[in-house]
Amino acid sequence: MNFSVALAQTNPKLGCVKENLEVILQKIDRAIQEGVSLILFPELALTGYFLKDLVPEVALTISSPEIIKLKEASKNISIGLGFIEESFGHQFFNAAIYFEGGEITHIHRKVYLPTYGLFDEQRYVAQGNTFRAFDTRFGRMGFLLCEDMWHLPSSYILAMDGASTLLCLSSSPGRGLTSEEKLGATDIWQKLVFTTAMFLNTRVVFCNRVGFEDGVHFWGGSEVVGPSGEPIVRGKMLEEDFISATLDEGSLRRACIYSPLMRDENLFITMKELHRVERERDR
Amino acid sequence: MQSLTVNTRLLQRILVSFIQEEVGKFGFTKVVLGLSGGIDSALVAFLAVAAMGAENVYAYNLPYTTSNPDSEVHARQIAKKLNVHYEVISIAPMIDAYFAQFPDADLGRRGNKMARERMTILYDQSAHHSALVLGASNKSELLLGYATLYGDMASALHPIGDLYKTQVRLLAEEMGVPKVIIEKKSSPDFWPGQTDEGDLGFTYEAVDQLLYLMVDMRLSREELLDKGFSSVFVDQVYEKVKNMQFKRKPPIIAKVSTRTIDRDFKYARDWGR
Repeated sequence: MNFSVALAQTNPKLGCVKENLEVILQKIDRAIQEGVSLILFPELALTGYFLKDLVPEVALTISSPEIIKLKEASKNISIGLGFIEESFGHQFFNAAIYFEGGEITHIHRKVYLPTYGLFDEQRYVAQGNTFRAFDTRFGRMGFLLCEDMWHLPSSYILAMDGASTLLCLSSSPGRGLTSEEKLGATDIWQKLVFTTAMFLNTRVVFCNRVGFEDGVHFWGGSEVVGPSGEPIVRGKMLEEDFISATLDEGSLRRACIYSPLMRDENLFITMKELHRVERERDR
Repeated sequence: MQSLTVNTRLLQRILVSFIQEEVGKFGFTKVVLGLSGGIDSALVAFLAVAAMGAENVYAYNLPYTTSNPDSEVHARQIAKKLNVHYEVISIAPMIDAYFAQFPDADLGRRGNKMARERMTILYDQSAHHSALVLGASNKSELLLGYATLYGDMASALHPIGDLYKTQVRLLAEEMGVPKVIIEKKSSPDFWPGQTDEGDLGFTYEAVDQLLYLMVDMRLSREELLDKGFSSVFVDQVYEKVKNMQFKRKPPIIAKVSTRTIDRDFKYARDWGR
């Protein structure tokens, strides 16, 4: 099925769920008016990134009024965004949530929590432990949150689980300034997204944020990449933006015919060898 | 030097946005800065104007009696070129009044007192104008501790605090800082004839290369010696960086409670903004 996706490259206010939700609802309205089928927001779009001890204050359970509002809005458009989830057991997760037809379709809890250099996520939130593809009106999809995608098996698992569209929500900070036109971080991400799309025959939708928090800036550059790795549309660098693209089934079909990497992928060998490695390295 | 070159257009974009956002999110539209006539504050002035508009930038030259007269000339030159608000306030009355009580104070004490007097003036003027103070500290001097604690190190924001001196020069060239200011020898001007490089015992060109490899790239001591730096130079710079770490931290608090401000009470400066 063909569908259109919008990427809202926003600048969330740190710790201000109410205000961020207002902006999100405005963008949703705009997307509905433009006839878009699915709208995505960045990682932690509801809260901002460097929350630190604010995590418990901005956390939402799945029955909180903000989530209910978004469920309601999803009767008219499918929605994917990042927030801090509080589980029934009072654990806090950096999470991505997909709403469709008035319901929560899926929640992904970030598995790989960067805790080095400028990052300190493991201190504040719990680790997720699954990568699961989920069914939507527009085919099978999978969520990755920023660092999740930097671990190659994450995308592989989702693709093997049948995802034809990978939704990567990010809050990627700008770093690695050299003499090049692009920041080092931008260059690495574009290479990763291209490679993932091309070698797993999936579309990759990368939604990053912009703005500054305590001197760290987020570089934007959101993009929709087709199943052969070709960028279909790219958002602005360093500025707020709202971009959209149509993803068509024909391109996906042609990519699978032309480059049948997933057809030839041997899951049995992968599993067998990884089990062996696991056994051998514990000796 | 390949590794210290930067894309100056991209850098300029980022630093201008930095100033706009980190000033703006606190509800301020104006900035205050010290304009010494040196390259660092000149660059910050150029960035401030690009970010906030000349009418919102208040630049102050704050000379002492023995300050190099060229400094004020250069500061005025920048201010005119950028069309910012510009005022010269002599710190001599305040400094002389204080040291009249302590006539035996050495040059180091006097220099630091001047740096701190400048800081208090900038902060007071920023209150007067409802502005934020922009600092001009760069990465080289912050790492080497070649700056006055609560003097020139004090500000709301350090737009060039992640740039080595070498990179400050590159961006200054790109943005049109006058050549005479880029090329002159940097000096804190605590006493006549003083220069940074004279005080430090090495050039910025040399130490920036070493600091980049040591700090940014985290090369080991052995790897640095392999690169051709002398062991004396490497050890001297390493010791300086280590011994000046105290300048880069807020005051240490004695922990007795379960939640102490400097270690367990973790919130961003931009909390709620």
